[in-house]
Amino acid sequence: MTSVVPAKALVPVKAVVPARAAWSSVVRAGETLTITDLHGNQAVDFLVYDAHDTSVRYSAPDTVHAQGGIFLTTGSVLMSNEHTPLMTVVADDVGRHDTVGGACSKESNTLRYGHHTWSQHACVDNFLAEGARYGLGKRDLVSNINWYMNVPVEKDGTLGIVDGISAPGLSLTLRAECDVLVLVSNCPQINNPCNGFEPTAVEMTIGAAG
Amino acid sequence: MATATTYGARDHARAQEGTRTEAMPVVPAADWPEPPCEAGHLVWAETVAGGNYTHRVLARGTELRLTDLRGDACAHLLLYAADRPWERLNVADTVKVQWNAYLGEGQLLLSDQGRVLATVVADSSGRHDALCGTSTLVRNTKRYGDGTPQSASPAGRELFKLAAAKNGLEPRDLPPSLSFFQGVEVREDGALDFTGSAGPGGSVTLRTEQDVTVLIANVPHPADPRPDYVSTPLEVLAWRAAPTAPGDPLWDATPEGRRAFLNTAEFLTARGLA
Repeated sequence: MTSVVPAKALVPVKAVVPARAAWSSVVRAGETLTITDLHGNQAVDFLVYDAHDTSVRYSAPDTVHAQGGIFLTTGSVLMSNEHTPLMTVVADDVGRHDTVGGACSKESNTLRYGHHTWSQHACVDNFLAEGARYGLGKRDLVSNINWYMNVPVEKDGTLGIVDGISAPGLSLTLRAECDVLVLVSNCPQINNPCNGFEPTAVEMTIGAAG
Repeated sequence: MATATTYGARDHARAQEGTRTEAMPVVPAADWPEPPCEAGHLVWAETVAGGNYTHRVLARGTELRLTDLRGDACAHLLLYAADRPWERLNVADTVKVQWNAYLGEGQLLLSDQGRVLATVVADSSGRHDALCGTSTLVRNTKRYGDGTPQSASPAGRELFKLAAAKNGLEPRDLPPSLSFFQGVEVREDGALDFTGSAGPGGSVTLRTEQDVTVLIANVPHPADPRPDYVSTPLEVLAWRAAPTAPGDPLWDATPEGRRAFLNTAEFLTARGLA
């Protein structure tokens, strides 16, 4: 069991995460995390762990079947692999977000676009680098959330990333249901419409428990 | 038979050999009554009880056929590169890279390293799911009163933990899983419809493209709306065959798949394995 809860209480923070960068924080039970899409159409890859036991972590399938649908929005509860609530979406300007498509990686990019993409930045590398600060490794990476990313599924099952439905200044707010560790990769993808082919900065704000 | 002495207890235990039950492995697999291949090629023959699990390491180029014998099996599946379990099934990449949320014939089961672990080479069911994962202790306790492995309603994740432990893996090695024989469809607004089973006799055949560790839990799908825990036997047969090679229609079926096969071949060649 790995705990990552800091000894001291955190003060509320506001941070701008530059294009392509990683970010992380512990968010304590009851506190909120607001993610603002500063310039519009930026995908924010997101993983969340129980800060007291990081083997309990976000589960896309548990979240999907708990809410009976694949899109996340206000009211969606982010469930762990043990089917316990980690965070709840309490406000959302956009309407829907993806949790099926997972993160881009250098490896999957070679399949999606070609081997010329190997030297480009990718979210899995951000997750590995940021997670390592807490003792998390590759085994700890699972299917994640892509805030602001638009991934519809057609009647025949065809699925894909299409133009976003976000806009500059739109935000969403999550409430922590227990002490959690959040890992973010502000997606560096330049090959698909999830960032309008040009990654931009986002803002993270941790608010006090209400 | 008297079992009050060690001799009697030994005789009693030994007299059980040859007992046949519906759900059991047949060893050697070649003794399976109606093999789907040359009898000598069978490497795994087992009927998995409802609410139970199994696991095996399979060589590259093995065909693995799962059959829903009575119409209420649900084969929850995880795959790992044998001996390198940090390379494992990535459900998100599997659906995203192939532009398809549904599992079926021709689909590649992709690892998180841009390579193929297995391909789906035959499917007579068409009712599968890559979105909802498996059941958990918390959920089964709420739904059925219990979800522990020794209960009458074991949760898939609890069984996966046991199968993983027997292969040196921990709970944090369990990523989202696939499930076969109980289907889910996505509506335009993202809501899910549980379509259930295609009925008795449906089967799916996978072909391993690397040496893989296979974990299978046969438990009800988490979206199964029935109040009772309904889980019937799953037949598992595996036999020696050949991995997908250039020239096979699957190799070139899609550009994404071709690059996945090429990546896999490069990796295996560099390792001296192909």
